[in-house]
Amino acid sequence: MEDKSKKFMNPYLAGIFIGIFMVLAYYFSGEGLGASGALKSVVVATVDAVNHDYASNASFFKARVGGEHSPAKTWLVFEVLGVIVGAIISAAFAGRLKMEIGKAPKITNNKRLIYALIGGALFGIGSQLGRGCTSGMVMSGMGVLSLSGFIGLIAIFGGGYIIAYFFRKLWI
Amino acid sequence: MGPLFPQELISEEINILIGFFIGIGFGFFLEAAGFTNTRKLAGVFYGYDFVVLKVFFSAAITAAIIMFFLNHYGIMDINLTFYPQTYWIPTLIGGFIMAFGFIIGGFCPGTSICAAVTGKIDAMIFVLGAIIGIFGYAFSFDLLWKDLRNSGAMGRVNIAEWMGISDGLFILLLTIIAAVAFFAVSIIQKKVVASTNYKL
Repeated sequence: MEDKSKKFMNPYLAGIFIGIFMVLAYYFSGEGLGASGALKSVVVATVDAVNHDYASNASFFKARVGGEHSPAKTWLVFEVLGVIVGAIISAAFAGRLKMEIGKAPKITNNKRLIYALIGGALFGIGSQLGRGCTSGMVMSGMGVLSLSGFIGLIAIFGGGYIIAYFFRKLWI
Repeated sequence: MGPLFPQELISEEINILIGFFIGIGFGFFLEAAGFTNTRKLAGVFYGYDFVVLKVFFSAAITAAIIMFFLNHYGIMDINLTFYPQTYWIPTLIGGFIMAFGFIIGGFCPGTSICAAVTGKIDAMIFVLGAIIGIFGYAFSFDLLWKDLRNSGAMGRVNIAEWMGISDGLFILLLTIIAAVAFFAVSIIQKKVVASTNYKL
């Protein structure tokens, strides 16, 4: 019998549904579907909780703290809490809720985890500099035909194809 | 007429609650499409699995087509949304840094969150890395990033307008390009999978 945890939804159908949820996000809230912005809110809220004086004066933080709500109470944070719930529901139905390390067969677990840490850090920096990540800036930007989304698309995916050869041993 | 929240037609509380439910849909379909699997994601760069390209373009084009009609028939004014402003220099440079992050780390922020909460240890480490990266960025903002982040400001730029064509024509061209790409990658994927014995 085929392992149902390796059966995925038709990618075009999944894409159409994600597109519909993006339209709902814009229609109700005027927002695209994001992710990195919520991580930024977590960082801002943490720094604000630890040292409010610093956060009120340092230029990265001061625009984001001092409002009437906690910097963690943003639309994106709640959207990402929803993403967490949605992913768990889908994984539970598909039998994919289990602890494991995803990687190509040829590399060791430690190597994979070190590269995941480095890659995450780079994505964290890049998403702040580039004003959003693959979902919030590129996919959602493309949905409203923002030039910014298409520049991001070329930079992330075009850039990826340029450098993929040098990192092929991580994946194949 | 939409968008509702920017025109104060719904309260902040309702808006946040709606955000939560929209997130559930987004997370559900990301997981269902296999976006918690780092090998499937990286496959787009090596030709053995193009799920990223298929989902990504289907989603963006579906949204673009629906919003084009909503805007056209006056059901939603796209100009009233929090439309992403274009700062071409930081987006290009930041995007290239994200390309390294994607290839080295095997996720992007949204997919890593889905994967981390469904038990992928590599994704938990990626999320930790992303948070460390944002901390590092925040604390070096004045020194390294502030001027660069605000360079290349172009304001709100619609790509179709920028190219001098109508929105409808641009969406049509984008859809044709995507359809050709979908067809091409399905052939490439078959060939690569056959030659590499790729199995999930």
